[in-house]
Amino acid sequence: MFHDLFNSPSKGRKLPKSIPVTLSTRIRLARNLREYPFPGRAETSQKRAVLTKCMEALSDVKGLNDSFSVEVDDLSELDRQILVEKHLISPELSQVEEGSGIVLSEDRNCCIMINEEDHLRIQVLRPGLDFGSVWKVADALDTGIESAISYAYDGELGFLTACPTNLGTGMRASAMMHLPGLVMSKNMDKVINAVNQLGIAVRGLFGEGSDANGSIFQISNQQTLGESETAIIDRLDNTLKNIVRQENFAREKLLQDDGVRLTDKMSRAIGNLKTCYLIQSSEAMDCLSLVRLASDFGMLPEKYRSLADRMFIEVQPGHVQLSAGKPVEAGFRDSLRAELLRKEFLRAPQIDPSPSAG
Amino acid sequence: MKCHHCDNQATVHLTQILNGQMHKMDLCESCAQEKGVTNPENLSIGNLMEQDGADEDSISGSMVCETCGTTHQDFKKGGRLGCEACYHVFRPVLDPLLDGMHAGIRHQGKIPAGSKSRVDFEQSIELIRKELQEAVEREDFEKAAELRDKLHDMENDAKTMA
Repeated sequence: MFHDLFNSPSKGRKLPKSIPVTLSTRIRLARNLREYPFPGRAETSQKRAVLTKCMEALSDVKGLNDSFSVEVDDLSELDRQILVEKHLISPELSQVEEGSGIVLSEDRNCCIMINEEDHLRIQVLRPGLDFGSVWKVADALDTGIESAISYAYDGELGFLTACPTNLGTGMRASAMMHLPGLVMSKNMDKVINAVNQLGIAVRGLFGEGSDANGSIFQISNQQTLGESETAIIDRLDNTLKNIVRQENFAREKLLQDDGVRLTDKMSRAIGNLKTCYLIQSSEAMDCLSLVRLASDFGMLPEKYRSLADRMFIEVQPGHVQLSAGKPVEAGFRDSLRAELLRKEFLRAPQIDPSPSAG
Repeated sequence: MKCHHCDNQATVHLTQILNGQMHKMDLCESCAQEKGVTNPENLSIGNLMEQDGADEDSISGSMVCETCGTTHQDFKKGGRLGCEACYHVFRPVLDPLLDGMHAGIRHQGKIPAGSKSRVDFEQSIELIRKELQEAVEREDFEKAAELRDKLHDMENDAKTMA
């Protein structure tokens, strides 16, 4: 089973270091092959031909040695859901019928989707805020792939994509941000409006149309044509750093203005996680968000930030079923989720309301 | 960001999901008023786009990509193009959209190594075609003949390479 890959932690891999506010950085490049219609317009035989061609080309690319490749229709519903919850594939790709595939690098930081909306969606992700190194990896992968495959490219319009909103660089750079301060101080709408003016989009945890459960937002560039990749990344990076400052400011203000209320919320969240017997994923996300916040304030040990990050994913419906080893109906999932959280937070300390460092 | 309809600064930003696709439109205050964008509940970007399209439909209504069969209607409805060639076919209706959608309308980013020679070649052919036309216009037939032969050779070379 493909999901067995995720059952045990990969050998020799250190757990990524978790930092306040920014959870992860991602760059996605949309590319298409010359001479083939885009996936939305292609016959199954044409999609198959593209899939075979891409799989062959990718297996030789440096950085994808020992990668895992699989066709989407060989994956169970649950496997697909797990990959969506890990943000490795899009919900759209998980729904395709035939002729699509996934190539996942050994370190699981690169995931290439074949025949999603475009022939290739090259994605590189890393924990924390680090566009420099993520772009370097994505750029090198792209160049490696391009040495074996001829891309649909136009001198004026750049990389040709199925949707004109991705035209040019074909690049979507994004960061997953944890912004409870801005949400609680009701400043998030202002931030969204302000960054929209800069051509930057804000979405929920699972992309377009999803809720911002746990105060987690995906922030990305909207425009892909008319600027270089580095110019786009620099503007996004500056904006994100500004958002981090605003978030920290909002947090300090919340603590100053009504510290007791905030401390009460964080403390109760830990109480919930330690004692729950039934919990839905949205409530779990909100509690975990407060745990992460308490850890950022120094009110809980740092390891609880990493634990919250891991649990953000493990409390999702697919992951709960993965640990149960079988599909489970929603009501029972709430009980399994509660059991997992009680176990993980069993030894969580009381929060320290006046930490020495925060 | 410029208004979708005029050159004013856009201050109204609409996002709507239609048929599972996200559509965005940026408007200035006065165009937003004019289009009746006062009640977000009753607003449909689809309708706004249709209003836009009414005048141009006579020209673009019959547009169809011979390579993949995508029609202008398909593109308007789904917001997706079907293949490389669509970008040539629908260029006239695409250019104004791109202008409102992106920071610019010319690619400034990465040039794939494999495409560089092809793009350079296509650009130099285009340049010679332009020079040829200019030579014909100023009745410099000697130069025109020379350019025509050069063009002919280059096109032949391209065929042999392909």
